[in-house]
Amino acid sequence: MSMTLARIPQSEFKPGQGVPTGIELERYYDPETDQETMTINMGPSHPSTHGVLRLVLELDGETVVKCTPHIGYLHTGIEKTMENLSYYKALVLTDREDYLSNLCNNLAYSLAVEKLMDVAIPIKAQYMRVLLNELERIASHMIWLGTHALDIGAMSVFFYTWQDRDLVLEIKEHLSGVRTKTSWICPGGLRGPAPTGWMQRVQDFLDYFPKRIEMYETLLTNNPIWIERTRGIGMITAEDALAIGVTGPTLRASGVALDLRKHQPYSSYEEFDFDIAVGQVGDVYERYRVRIEELRQSLKIARQAWAKVNAAGENAPVRSADRKIAPPPREELDTSMEALIHHFKLYTEGYHPPVGEAIGAVEGPRGEKAYYIVSDGSNKPYRVKIKGPSFYNLQALPRMTEGRMVADVVAMIGSIDIVLGDIDR
Amino acid sequence: METTYTIWQYLFTLPVHEIPWWAEVFRSILRVVIGLAFGLGLVPIYVWLERRMLGWVQGRLGPNRVGPEGLLQPIADVIKLFMKEDIIPTNVDRGLFLIAPIIALAPVIMSITVIPWNGSKSWGAVAPGLDIGILFLLGVASIEVYGVILAGWSSNNKYSLLGGLRASSQVISYELGMGLAIIAVLLMCGTLGLQDVVRGYDLRQPHEFVAGTVLNNGQGLINVLPLSGTGYTFYMLDWSSGFWDWNVFRMFPFGLIACVVYMISMIAETNRAPFDLPEAETELVAGFHTEYSGFRFGAFFMSEYANMAIVSTICVTLFFGGWLAPLGILNQVPISWIQALTQTPDSWVPWWANLINSLISALWIILKLFTLISMFILVRASYPRLRYDMLMRFGWKGLLPVALINLVLIAISLAVQHSFRDSLGTAGAWWVGQIIAWALMLAAMLVAFVSVRKSYASRQRDIASGEIPADSPIVRHPVALALPALTSTEK
Repeated sequence: MSMTLARIPQSEFKPGQGVPTGIELERYYDPETDQETMTINMGPSHPSTHGVLRLVLELDGETVVKCTPHIGYLHTGIEKTMENLSYYKALVLTDREDYLSNLCNNLAYSLAVEKLMDVAIPIKAQYMRVLLNELERIASHMIWLGTHALDIGAMSVFFYTWQDRDLVLEIKEHLSGVRTKTSWICPGGLRGPAPTGWMQRVQDFLDYFPKRIEMYETLLTNNPIWIERTRGIGMITAEDALAIGVTGPTLRASGVALDLRKHQPYSSYEEFDFDIAVGQVGDVYERYRVRIEELRQSLKIARQAWAKVNAAGENAPVRSADRKIAPPPREELDTSMEALIHHFKLYTEGYHPPVGEAIGAVEGPRGEKAYYIVSDGSNKPYRVKIKGPSFYNLQALPRMTEGRMVADVVAMIGSIDIVLGDIDR
Repeated sequence: METTYTIWQYLFTLPVHEIPWWAEVFRSILRVVIGLAFGLGLVPIYVWLERRMLGWVQGRLGPNRVGPEGLLQPIADVIKLFMKEDIIPTNVDRGLFLIAPIIALAPVIMSITVIPWNGSKSWGAVAPGLDIGILFLLGVASIEVYGVILAGWSSNNKYSLLGGLRASSQVISYELGMGLAIIAVLLMCGTLGLQDVVRGYDLRQPHEFVAGTVLNNGQGLINVLPLSGTGYTFYMLDWSSGFWDWNVFRMFPFGLIACVVYMISMIAETNRAPFDLPEAETELVAGFHTEYSGFRFGAFFMSEYANMAIVSTICVTLFFGGWLAPLGILNQVPISWIQALTQTPDSWVPWWANLINSLISALWIILKLFTLISMFILVRASYPRLRYDMLMRFGWKGLLPVALINLVLIAISLAVQHSFRDSLGTAGAWWVGQIIAWALMLAAMLVAFVSVRKSYASRQRDIASGEIPADSPIVRHPVALALPALTSTEK
């Protein structure tokens, strides 16, 4: 599979400089004349650090000379805890690390476990996974848009986006009874079939949401203040982004068309017709445009997935037939002794993947989300390494902030869309 | 002949020059009480209105539990603030820290004194008929920012310091445009007294000259009928006057331009979104009042909202006809009707008639005030926040030139009118002056347009020759909007 990099020549920018040369040069820090700087501690509890990020900013007036992110304030030890839980139980922790993209984490973990166990997943379950992942992406982007706009001062957008996110949460609640941490995608397929009326509810949302995207665009895309606050701010070149390991919309806004859904398709993504949203400039505004475009593409994928799930029929299986990983249906328990044993074994001891290692990676809302699992043959993972896209995206922040203002820093934090649970794990 | 007056007449109805000192003192205290009630009593209502209206815009309810429709919520909040501990951190500059909220609040209360709420000579304001009303306002209003700067500096907190710095940079950017916009009104009206500004006086000119608002000439738009001998002086307005006589529509479009400049500046003056930089909570936590708690914070809070009321009232007074109704017919209960109904002689007006008219005047000013406040709230709900260098650029490169050119054009128009009045008559001179000013305005717009085109073209040349990157931060809207479409790549 060849990876096409639609890169824009940006010879004007020196890699690592982080700041484009231009007319506004007088604002930048001049080390020869400005010797005195002020160190300011932004966070860990600050309204716009999106959780408990701590930035140590060295300021010259309001111009940032140096920005040092300090992380670890939300360290929960999830990776370590997973080593002490059976595979099936460890799944629920994946919901809790990047708490805004639960189903995407579920999928990445499940893909890794399924790769270890070499299990085939029914096609309807794969379509459902795509549908749920795209809905999750919409919900996550809604939170990003709301908080990002709130940071820049457009407070109403925040409330509108949270209303839309709530609709997705209600869809998840209808499906599973839980609003956010559903663990609905599990190794072996899904936890169960969709309840009555769920498909209609999803369709209603898919019909309703395009109008909302239009509304957000009306509010922000051509708003002069929004453009001025975001255009040319937080530039990162494609070279820098790739060197740091930035992924997701933040990378695509810099002009690199890298999307795992296209380049390393999982869960039947290769059957779907969609485009990758790629920007050119790599500034905050471009990241905003890319994510708005991603909302549209997500809708497109979700519509196709909805149709495919619908065509698969109501009674098509959503769990693997392999009883070693997926529990048998309830009615079998009454008639089959074997099913009863499987059921008992699964929910007590769990399953034993063969010795080996596997990596499951998905394109999450924030970028590449990967679970690397090492199995020693027991019923618990020997090691789980989570690749959180926010961790890598955050490393682009110091480079973006050099020479910009404090007000721009919050715009940049919003634009790289970090979740501290994803960074600290 | 010795006349005996009742105590009622001493305290309320007699003209100022006929009353003893103690009645004068009583009246002053009463005026202060009314003024404070007028200025500060509306603050909780603004707070409530803002929260409910924001809730309405944002698809939520807002406070609706305390009292009917949540009206008592701001009162409850103030009580809560009173009962909170007043924390003074160690290491603050104690004296300045304590005095800063007072410096912020006091000028706002002082500003209330000159706001006229009706046209009465003795009861029109706390300090009615103050000849230097606007000058007083400008002077006092600029003190308020010292409270903010000192609060930021004395708090010994870096966020507060940044907030204070932003406040000072903000004040030097908007006050120029604001001052020039106000001067434009002064020039049109020829007076510094706020009551006279509302009436559209031009004291330098014969009354029949003033464009659109001709006084007491029997055929013009406003007829002045002073009803003296009662302690009140009411001006009966001709019913043919109306909102088209307000300063905002005077010497069209120059009054309107001054009004727009002033309205933008007043949002900046009150630190409201999108200019709420000194207290941008997503950047500076709480800005200059980060370290304040309890009622000292309450003082800042109150000063901000009261200031909002004051600048809106000034805007209403300067541009939107103050206490006047949008149509002359709605202005006052016609005193001639009252005189006819009560069978009183022409020279005597019952005191309650004046009271009713005062209340109607106050009602109109409050109505206009709330219209402006609603605009404030809707702007806050709609727009992102500016960065402070953008505000400075906007103030110095946007508002200041516009206000300055506007002022010069008004001056030219008035000068021309003055010199042609004898030969062409009032209306003819008005048209000559306006046409010359319009021509100059179009010329200025042309120059601005050409220079923008020129700089745009040279920028495009620089981009083409590779001198500056196409996406450098200075990119203006035409370029920003003409971005290439997002590319998409097939697998």
